Amino acid sequence: MSIATGALRNIQDVARDPRSWWQRSKGNIELWANLIVIGWALAFMLWRGGGFAITVGSVFAIWAILAVSLNLVVGYTGLLSVGHIGFFGIGAYAMAVLSSNASYEQLRTEAIPTFGWPFFAALPFSVILAGLVALVVGVAFNRFRDDIYVLVSFGFAVIAFTTFLSWRNLTRGAFGIHEIARPAIGSWVFEEELEFLALLLVFLGLVVLIAWLIVTSSFGRVLTAIREDEQAIAVFGYHTTHYKLAIWVISAMMAGLAGALLASWSTFIDPNSFVLLESVLLVSIVILGGLASIWGSLLGALAFVMLEEGMRFVPFLPSEFIGQIRQVILGILLVLLMLFRPQGLVGRFKL
Amino acid sequence: MSTQVDPRVYVLETREISKNFGAVKAIDQLTMSILREWLTCIVGPNGSGKSTLINLLSGMLPLDGGIVVIDNVGLRVVKAHDSPDHGITRTFQEVRLFDQISVWDNIMVVLTERRVFPSLLERTKPRHREEAERILKSVGMWEKREAMAQDLSYGQRKLLEIGRALAMDVQVYLFDEPFAGLFPRMLEQVKSILKDMREQDRSIVFVSHNMDIVRELADHLFVLDSGALLAVGETDEVLARSSVIDAYLGN
Repeated sequence: MSIATGALRNIQDVARDPRSWWQRSKGNIELWANLIVIGWALAFMLWRGGGFAITVGSVFAIWAILAVSLNLVVGYTGLLSVGHIGFFGIGAYAMAVLSSNASYEQLRTEAIPTFGWPFFAALPFSVILAGLVALVVGVAFNRFRDDIYVLVSFGFAVIAFTTFLSWRNLTRGAFGIHEIARPAIGSWVFEEELEFLALLLVFLGLVVLIAWLIVTSSFGRVLTAIREDEQAIAVFGYHTTHYKLAIWVISAMMAGLAGALLASWSTFIDPNSFVLLESVLLVSIVILGGLASIWGSLLGALAFVMLEEGMRFVPFLPSEFIGQIRQVILGILLVLLMLFRPQGLVGRFKL
Repeated sequence: MSTQVDPRVYVLETREISKNFGAVKAIDQLTMSILREWLTCIVGPNGSGKSTLINLLSGMLPLDGGIVVIDNVGLRVVKAHDSPDHGITRTFQEVRLFDQISVWDNIMVVLTERRVFPSLLERTKPRHREEAERILKSVGMWEKREAMAQDLSYGQRKLLEIGRALAMDVQVYLFDEPFAGLFPRMLEQVKSILKDMREQDRSIVFVSHNMDIVRELADHLFVLDSGALLAVGETDEVLARSSVIDAYLGN
């Protein structure tokens, strides 16, 4: 509401007096970050057309859910976790195993049990499973802080990846799982990419709404106090371990949701989507966009996806280098950002 | 012969509490009683265990021995998050605010719901808002409410921290050096806050090195040395003892 009226007032200001608006806005990095990233994304989509826009939008929605969920833990609570990809993977594999209909006799590789659950039955299960694993992991993690926390969450990411790769009679290891179910309501199956994009955006909206409700509640204020000085806020009567555990589980459930959506969207998953590097990229997105800012995470995810997709159209660039060059650029951006703008593009909090 | 009943009520007592840091006995078998609705001051040289004592009473450090008696209940373990339930709150010698959140939120955060799930559903209530406004005005920080705590001056941070303790609305306030490093104007402000609190029948324990302020404010005085009590009694009487003055307080 307030954002919409604020934007309207800005537009009126520009129309009334463009020159003074320019003077005032020249040094406003937040404004420029928004304009550049969103403008770039829109221009690209217009140029490449609808099919491209739908794909990019879907990838964006999944990364955005992940980034918003991780920001709750890293940006608001100050727990620098690089293990979030594990919960993403748990959600994806739960969806894959439960809803895949593949018949493995023809593939002549390891067979795994097929359950053939519909999407909407497997989805809550995936989310809850991610939450339960987070509960167990979180109880163990609660005794750690700061740099040790980074290390143990790193350990979790490695364990999760190894499990996906090695528990072959459940995950088929490196072969991956095929024919993961698309969502269906009655006889209406979300086969069209546009339909799926709409579903993804609905879930993204839901996650953003929940995240916003959390960070604007009394609970959210306590999280920021835990980030600033956990010992001090404890003296004012808060069981900080309970708060950290609660946000950890909520965040993991959101990541599990993103994983389940990814599995159904791509209809095939293998452990490569859940390597540690992806987790580090995710942390980069959150920091790049801005810690303790939901909008920042959305913007960061958009910038990241556009960087990835945009590289494909750079002339003379062999396609096999795209992934690596994306990471190099992201790395350089992060270094520059930490040097000149440690709170990220639109963040409020410096790491 | 009539036995004289002690009319004084103790709000907080320690019985032979100890705290060691390695081989150093920071607090050594200390037994003391803090009077209800009095302004108590703890003085002593650097390293005499004043801050350690406050950390033990507020549960920020675990006891190595002895018990703390609060409301006639003896505790071997004092948990930090229970201190509001014990009716205790505190400030810190090295001001510990929540730096990267606003002045307003620094006060709001101690006013709201403590339980995890109800706090998830709680939005800011008018009574919280009114209380935060009253507190911020009483410590003169109302104009600064939008600023981040880290952008305040040292004196303002000190005042805000006292405001945060006031917002807890408990019986016992432990102030660790509330006057250190303040300019005269703010010093007077903190003094008047403490006097007002005594008017409102709160029990205050504060640590100070400034003997003029101790003389002016404190009703009751504890002199600590090497983690043990050197002297205890009403301020004028303790300060009149030449041994105390000679050994630890200078002229």
